[in-house]
Parts: sequence; structure tokens; C-alpha cells
Amino acid sequence: MSTVSSPASTAGPWQAEALDALLARRGRDPHALVQILREAQAMHGWLPRDMQAAIADALGLTLAHVEGVASFYRFFHDRPVGRYRVLFSDNITDRMLGNEALLLDLCRRLGVQRGEVRADDRVSIDFASCTGLCDQGPALLVNHHHVVTRLDAARVAQIAALIESRVPVDEWPADWFAIVDNVQRADVLLGTPLQPGAAIAAALERGADSMLDEMKQSNLRGRGGAGFATGQKWSLCRAAPGAEHYVVCNADEGEPGTFKDRVLLASHADPVFEGMTVAALVVGARRGLVYLRGEYRYLLEHLEAVLQRRREQHLLGASIQGRAGFDFDIEIHVGAGAYVCGEESSLIESLEGKRGTPRIRPPFPVEHGYLGQPTTVNNVETYCAATHIALNGGVWWAGIGTPRSTGTKIHSVSGDCERPGIYEYPFGTSITRILEDCGARDTQAVQVGGPSGVCISAFEFGRRIAFEDVPTAGAFMVFDRSRDMFEVARNFAHFFAHESCGFCTPCRVGTALVAKRMDKLAAGHGSRHDVEVLFELDKLMHTATHCGLGGAACNPLRDTIAKFRPAYEQRLKSLHFEPAFDLDAELSIARAMTHRDDPASHLETER
Amino acid sequence: MTTLAPLYPTHQPRKLKVATVSLAGCFGCHMSFLDIDERILELIEHVEFDRSPLTDIKHVGHCDIGLIEGGLCNSENVEVLRDFRKHCKTLVAVGACAINGGLPAQRNHLDLGEILQDVYGSRTGMSAGSAIPNDPELPLPLNKVHPIHEVVHVDYFLPGCPPPADAFWRFLTDLMAGRTPHLGHGLMHYD
Repeated sequence: MSTVSSPASTAGPWQAEALDALLARRGRDPHALVQILREAQAMHGWLPRDMQAAIADALGLTLAHVEGVASFYRFFHDRPVGRYRVLFSDNITDRMLGNEALLLDLCRRLGVQRGEVRADDRVSIDFASCTGLCDQGPALLVNHHHVVTRLDAARVAQIAALIESRVPVDEWPADWFAIVDNVQRADVLLGTPLQPGAAIAAALERGADSMLDEMKQSNLRGRGGAGFATGQKWSLCRAAPGAEHYVVCNADEGEPGTFKDRVLLASHADPVFEGMTVAALVVGARRGLVYLRGEYRYLLEHLEAVLQRRREQHLLGASIQGRAGFDFDIEIHVGAGAYVCGEESSLIESLEGKRGTPRIRPPFPVEHGYLGQPTTVNNVETYCAATHIALNGGVWWAGIGTPRSTGTKIHSVSGDCERPGIYEYPFGTSITRILEDCGARDTQAVQVGGPSGVCISAFEFGRRIAFEDVPTAGAFMVFDRSRDMFEVARNFAHFFAHESCGFCTPCRVGTALVAKRMDKLAAGHGSRHDVEVLFELDKLMHTATHCGLGGAACNPLRDTIAKFRPAYEQRLKSLHFEPAFDLDAELSIARAMTHRDDPASHLETER
Repeated sequence: MTTLAPLYPTHQPRKLKVATVSLAGCFGCHMSFLDIDERILELIEHVEFDRSPLTDIKHVGHCDIGLIEGGLCNSENVEVLRDFRKHCKTLVAVGACAINGGLPAQRNHLDLGEILQDVYGSRTGMSAGSAIPNDPELPLPLNKVHPIHEVVHVDYFLPGCPPPADAFWRFLTDLMAGRTPHLGHGLMHYD
């Protein structure tokens, strides 16, 4: 269990002995840099430059490298951020539940500006990307550790009072931190109780080769969104030469509106770890890594406990279930607030203690992954499915769903509906069916698969969730007719601008240009020309960015312009070009300084 | 063998009208334009200059192509730019200042009021009674220097500080021939 969970940000000197102990615990391994920085920050609240220098020294790295890594991740701070760091989740679903007003209210009560640290170093308040609690929002994150759900004005007032009276977050009312699973519809993955170890036993009985055949027969496709055939991935990884093979679980569930992995990890961690163990048997791995997103830090103790229990049950460790030579163990790596790390190659970079910049592929991770060795990276839900396939066989799985999209898919439903939460359906289920089940009324649109997915409008609700029609990574955000789809797209545009890793120019600059242009429209300065520029940016980014983040960044824009064009058109001031600012106001300072007010001292704005 | 007379009367194609101006710029782009050297003789076979430092015409007339050097630092720049946009079918931002604000935009991180106060009020060596000039003839400076595409629609961008003469030549010959101008590698400069 973590010993540091109360606020600790201090402007004072840091504890050299504690840092030494931490470095020793991590074996002074430069590949553990991200974990070392995270734990060092948990001790001190932020990462002073001389502390980063000491870490660099101990790990044999340059200070520039350490600072480069520390400055990449949003949850690392190179200056004090206050004893209470409060981050409001800013997904569109939080917006729809009024998070902006709540944030302003908390800022006002505590006398601090958003994004700034209060003069007494007590508190700072800001927005963060989706924290994966859309079905019980608005949510906020305190000190990158505690999550408060179901915020309202009364709770905000209480939070302000607790911060003013310096009550440690640990001592805040426990029910505030309650996170419910909200499983509304369970199918095979969520509804079948499993005996820990049963799937491993079944896989051992079959043997690695035959287990791989079952995986191929099942035609299971990756649940992270891309839908690559899992059996083929394992087979490539198994065949790739390398001193070590690795199994990595991608639990960096950063796509806004997605929270199914949170529920799987909280309540179904055994099948996830068991699926990893089965994968290890197939590909011949001895080490597994879970990349847990920083926003889910509160799950760490629970997951560590499950791992420990599994070790005691001989389901992890040396000679698993008594099979000599079958050695496998899992460790958990916690991220630090970077959406791009959900992309498998940047996830591996991050695991190696570096900035989470996507690699150039090929070579793919199955050949050249973690530490240059063959690595299979799969989604949490994929491993969970693998466990069920190990138990029941590939033919059974292939019998569920559609021929090209086998099995079931878990959806995270949020937004305008009566029963948000987790819904598991076989592939091939229509969007109408899901909308009916979750109690959505007067629905205008559904964003399937998050911002980088697809926006479905009412006339397409008959379409089905499957790779051959509407693919999804698990998010299902519902918007009724009262919502403004332009604002939805604008929220997503800001999300991508915020999360661009900055490595390639088309994405770094392009996402910012899109967000700025959307703001121009929102401010009422738009013209038809601006819509054309947005189209051009979409085209450019789709073809020119280094990784999928930049390529997908304009998806919501393209979909909403195509399907909800009036939402854009009603904001256009003119068919001709309009500046984004008031030109006459641009002369205000010079007018004041020269005391002039003659006609030549003004610029016509309306033309 | 006799040469048949053409079926239809032929005309010399109309010359394209070109206007150029330097707003908040240094005329360096114009100098680079002149570096097309003897090719200017070929150019004037095809174009006629309207308002330009080359002609000293003061007001822009209806033109095919307008070349704008420099960004916007005062109200007169804005008015001239708007006038060009009204009169030119194709408007081109030429050089770093027109495209990004360039060197003049270095004042953007300072407060304009403080700059005026420092320059005309508190600088050492000022004569008694000095004040910030306020003659209505003088255009007022904008709070910030802006690139031209923030105020009018711009059709093409010719980057460089300055763009090389060959870039001007390629760009204009493409445009005159009815091709989409494409500078390509070597002519695309950002310095």
C-alpha cells in the first residue's frame, strides 16, 4: 500500500534519503524513470530541478533526458502546484453535467484563478482530459490519486471548506470516493463467474500450439479499436526471434467516454491477468506489464493485491500450476496523464522510461517492442476475452456475434440517457437497441468509439456495432436534441490540441489551428471560408501526421460538418472572410495614448 | 502552297494587371522580386503594373494579382490591405512578415501604451514639451502586429525572408499560364 496519499506538495527541500531509498527499490533502472518520477513526485508534490538532477545522476542519464521525460507528462510538475491539486474532468459528458460552473464556483470559493497556484501554496485548480467516470460525473481528481464523483454545488462547497481547513484528502468523506460499476447489461464476459486458474489449466492442457489454434479459430479481434486479429498477433510474436518475449496489457484507457476497462480492472481483474498468463504461455513470455493510466492510480493497490493473491495461488511466479518452466509474473506501470500513450508504440516508449512519442512502424512491437524484444500489446478486454476462449474454445467464441466480428463487446454508455453505465452486447447489435436499453430519448447523435471514432446521426441508428459497420473502442456517448453538436466537436478539438504529443508538426500545429478556428466560429466571427479551412486541415492531417492521434483528430469535425452542418452555419457571420477579432478595438491603446477620436482613428468593422 | 488565313480573328491576350505594396515590411521582398533580372522584360510582355513602387500609382485599380509584402502594424495598413482585397482577384501574401507578422511582430509581447510612453515620453534626450504624436494625418498603430490572413482572405502564400527571385518567377509564370502555383523543394524558404 502506498504510504503517501495525503497532499505533500511543498516548496521546502526534498528528502534525499527518501529519494535514495526509492531509487534503490527501483534498482536504479533507467527504464523505470517514469515510475521513479511518479513516486518521487508523490513524496514531494512536485519535481524540483535539483531533484531531477539527482535522479539523472543516479540512473546514469543526462538532466536534459530526465527533464524531457518529466515535461512530457501532464501529471508531472516542475514547479509547485499547491498542496491540493484539483483537476476537473473535462470530457463533453462532464460539460453536459455542468463541470464548468462547478470549477468556477470552487475557484471563487477558494480565491484562486484556474490554472494558477494560490499565493499560500495551498491549492491549484484546472481541467484535465476525461477521467473515465462519465457515467457518474462530473468528476474530479485530487493530487493525481483520489477521485471524487457525482459533483454538485453542495459537494463543491464542502470541498472548498475541507481544503481551507487543511483536511487531508484521506480524511474526506469516504462515500465521495465511491466508484460504482454500473453494469447494466452483462453477457459472457461480465456475466460468467470464473474460477481463478481454470483458464490457465485449460490452456496448459491444450498446450501452447493448440491454444494458439483456438485463438485463431475464435477470430477474436483487438478491443482497443484497431481490431487486429489477436491470434495472428500472438502467432507473429511467438515466431519472432528474441532473447525475451513480453506480454503487455494496455490499460491506458484515455479515449474520452470510455470506462469499460476501469470496470474490468476493478471487478474482473482475475480474467484479465489470466488472459495475460495464457498469452505468456502462447508467446513464451516470462514477464508481463500492465500500463495503467495515471487517472486510474486509485486502482493500483487493489490490482497489486490481486496479483499477490494469484502468486500465492501459484497462478503467477515460477512453475505456474506446477508446470516446470512455465514462469511468468506481472508488474504494473502507472502512466502520468498522456492520451497518446494508449498508442502501443508510445506506450512501450513510456514503459521504457521515455517520452511517450509514437515509434515509426514497421517494425511492429510483435517483432521489436519492449526493450527491442518481441512484445504483444493487447487491450484489457482482449485479455479478458482470451481467458474465456481458453476455457470454452475458439469455436464457441466464433459462434457469438457476426462472422467478421466475433464475440461480445463492452460499451461505456454515457450522456443523455436514463441508465448510463456498462453494457455488454454481442457484435452486430444495432445502435437503436442500445439506445432503447439505456433509456435515451429524443436522441440526436451518438459518438461511438470516442472522439477518434465516428459520430452517428439519427438517420443511421439502424447501423450495427461491428468492425464491418460501426467499429468501436468502447465509448458510446449519447446526445439528445438539446445539445449543440458544434460544441461537442469543439470540445473534442480542444482535447486533441491538448493531447498532441508535439512530435510532428502537422499534428502539433494542425490540432491547435483546428481548435483556434473552432473558437473563432464559437465567438461569432465565422465565415464560409473558415469551414473550408477546417476541411483543408482535416485532409492535411489525415495524410501527414506521424501517428493515428493526428489522423483521427479531425474525425469529429468531419462527421459533424457532414451531418450537422446547420450547427456550423448558424454561427457564420458572413459568406465572406471575417477576422477573428474586432479591428477597431485593435486601435484602442493608440487612441487612448494620443487622445484622438477623429474618424481616421477608427477602423470600420462591419463591411 | 498558300498559308490559309485563320478562320477567326486572333487577338493578343490581354495583359494581366498586377499590383504590389509593402505594408509593415522592409521592401526586401520587392528587392528580391527585382532579382528576376532580365526576366522582367519577359514579364512585362505579359503583365501590366498597377499600384506598385515601380509605377508610383497611389490607388489600386481592378487587378488580377495583388502581391502584399509586410504585415499589419497600423490602421493605414489595414485600409490598404482591404482596398487590395476589394480590387484583386488573386491576393498573395509575400514573405515572412505578411504571412506571420515577421520582425515587426516582435513588439507583440510588449504593451503598445508602454512602448509609446517610452519612445515619446521618457526617453533620455527628449526636447521639452515632447508628446506622443497625435496628428490626425498619422495612422494609429494597432495593439498588436497581425499577419494579413487574419484580416482578409488570402489566396496564396509565398514564404521566405525574402522569397527567392526564382520563387517569384515560378509563382507568376504558373499563375499566368493558368496552373496552380507550386513552388516545390528548393523554392520553399522559411528564412
